[in-house]
Formats: sequence, C-alpha cells, structure tokens
Amino acid sequence: MVQLTLPKNSRMTTGKTWPKPEGATNLRKVQIYRWNPDDGKNPSLDTYFIDMDTCGPMVLDALIKIKNEIDPTLTFRRSCREGICGSCAMNVDGINTLACIYGMDEIKGDVKIYPLPHMPVIKDLIPDLTHFYAQHASVMPWLETKTNRPAKEWKQSIDDRKKLDGLYECVMCACCSTSCPSYWWNGDRYLGPAALLHAYRWIIDSRDEATGERLDELEDPFKLYRCHTIMNCAKTCPKGLNPAAAIAHIKKKMVERVV
Amino acid sequence: MAYLTDRKRAVGMGSAKTGTEHHWQMMVTSVALLFLIPAFVFTFGAILGSTYEEVIAYYQRPFPAVVAILTMLVGWFHFRKGVQTLIEDYVQGLARKIAIIAMICVSYSAAAFAVFAIIRIAL
Repeated sequence: MVQLTLPKNSRMTTGKTWPKPEGATNLRKVQIYRWNPDDGKNPSLDTYFIDMDTCGPMVLDALIKIKNEIDPTLTFRRSCREGICGSCAMNVDGINTLACIYGMDEIKGDVKIYPLPHMPVIKDLIPDLTHFYAQHASVMPWLETKTNRPAKEWKQSIDDRKKLDGLYECVMCACCSTSCPSYWWNGDRYLGPAALLHAYRWIIDSRDEATGERLDELEDPFKLYRCHTIMNCAKTCPKGLNPAAAIAHIKKKMVERVV
Repeated sequence: MAYLTDRKRAVGMGSAKTGTEHHWQMMVTSVALLFLIPAFVFTFGAILGSTYEEVIAYYQRPFPAVVAILTMLVGWFHFRKGVQTLIEDYVQGLARKIAIIAMICVSYSAAAFAVFAIIRIAL
C-alpha cells in the first residue's frame, strides 16, 4: 500500500553528535540512521566525525572505524568487504549500494547512511530481509530436471552458457528490490527485481526442464506484472546487472506462449 | 498476528495464471494508438475553426469518422486497462475493487457516448 508519510513511530529525530577526534586535519562528517528496538525511541540521525587520514577509502571502512573507535553500539552487516557477499547493502548518499565497494570520495558533502528503504528495520542499518529471501526461494532457484541424471554432468553449449552472463552474478544484496517503487507499494505480492532476475536465470538455463512450470508460477498480475520498467533496479545495482531487462525477457516468454 | 511461515507469506495464494493477456492487450493498443493518435490529431486539427456545416460534412466522409471512432474505442480501452494497473498499484482492499468497477463504467460509457456522437454526425 502506498504510504506518503512515515508512521509516527518511524519519524526521524535529531540524534547525538559525537565529538570530533583531536588533532585531526582531514575530517569528514558522517550522519547515520540509528534505531534500537529496545529503547522505545524513534529513529535518529547520529553525527560522527572521522579522520580520513587514518581511515580506509570505502564507506564500509568508515563504518568499521566508527564502530571500532567511536561508537561500538553501531550495528550493520558486513562480511567479505569486496562486493561478493552482499551483506553490507545500505542506502549511501541516497543510493542503494554495497558500502564495501562505494568510495567515500564518490560522495560530495556530508555522508548520509540509511538502511535499505521501505524494509522493516531490525536495528540501525540492518533491514529484515526475511520476506525477500522467502520470495527468492519461491522461484525455485535451482536446476529442475525430469530426465534421468546423466552419468557425468548436464551438458551445456558455450552459447547457452553465455545466456547466463549478467544473471548469475547477482549476490542477493536487495539493493534493486528496495529501490523499486512497485516493490515498496506491493512488495507483499510483487516478487521484485532480484527474485525475478533469479527466476529468469533458471528459465533461460538450457539444462532446466521446468520452464513451463516456472512461467506458470510467475504468470500473475502481481508477482510479475507489477514491474512498470521504472529501471531503478538497473540504475542502483552495485554489480552492474539489469534486472529490468530480465523481467522484460520473462514477459516476452509469456507472450511467446500465447501469441 | 498470524503464525504463517515465511514461505507461506511469500507464495500467498499462488499464481493467478493471468496477466499476460492484459500485458499483450496493452502492447497491441499502444501500437495501434501510435498510428491512431497522429491520424486523429491531423484529421481533427484540419477542421478546427471551421463552420458547423463544414464540420458535419467533413465527418460524413469515411476516413475522418472511422479514425475518430477507432481512436475513441482503442483509446478508452487502453485507458481502462492502464488505469486498472494504476489502481492496483496504489489502492488496496474493497476500495480497489470499487475503484476498478467505477473506472470500467466511466471508460466504457465515455467510449459509447463518443462513438454515438461520431456516428450521429456521420450519418
């Protein structure tokens, strides 16, 4: 359902401003969304100052520095620090991205960091991705076959393998789905760009024998056809993928079955 | 509060097994309007500012009348399908159903009145 204003208990307040580090000459102001489910307060925007001379170049480096040296209560997900795990997805400077591969020098002015938009927040920068993952599981993101398993591997031509390029690289960071207005308003039923990109990855796989069933499951005004080609997904994807194109290809397959 | 599993919430009531027809109809009517709208603008624009008798005589010719009728029919059908999607995007529950019914009534009524008016002029 479309929501033009935040619920009362989600409205932002001004948070704490932490002291500037002594002796630092290359300071950067970082404002971070904070919310703790245990204190019963509204979310706030805390302000930190970090010395860039002693900080790594990426946004994640700045967050880790804040957590290590200024405020150990700051909570965020991170793991690989090289854009492979998708854990540190967050909204940096108004763009959904991976903090580990987004440079502090790419941001003009103050650095503003929020959790991924329009998702329930567990704490600080950690969104609840339960529904997102369940939607991904619902598209059966695995090889479905009916033919007896071959003695060795399922064979695939080089050309057919190439069709998976631009699809298999998705790390399920949720940047695309949480940037999509259709997913904001109807995320309970619309599968969103990430799940649909994964669905297409298996629809187009030459080895998969469940193409019809996969298309059947997607043929729905909400699961698939809520995509209005807004293209926020392609614009924001930190891996440079194009979920909107994958969705368009699914729609094309749907039409091919009918016309 | 309902104790539903995550998978149950994600799958919901399953696929409605529909939607492609709507999508295809929108594509077909979009392509049709790509030709009809310029044709309508040119035929309608050509007679703008003319006298009553001239307009009646002009729309008694087959081409302007048929272009106008097709534009109205296809245009309102496209409108009906497009606005349904819009309502589904932004309205929920009973209000969604009422809005869709009202919008369908408005679209088909407008199309019927438009076609009636053109036929009355043409014949």
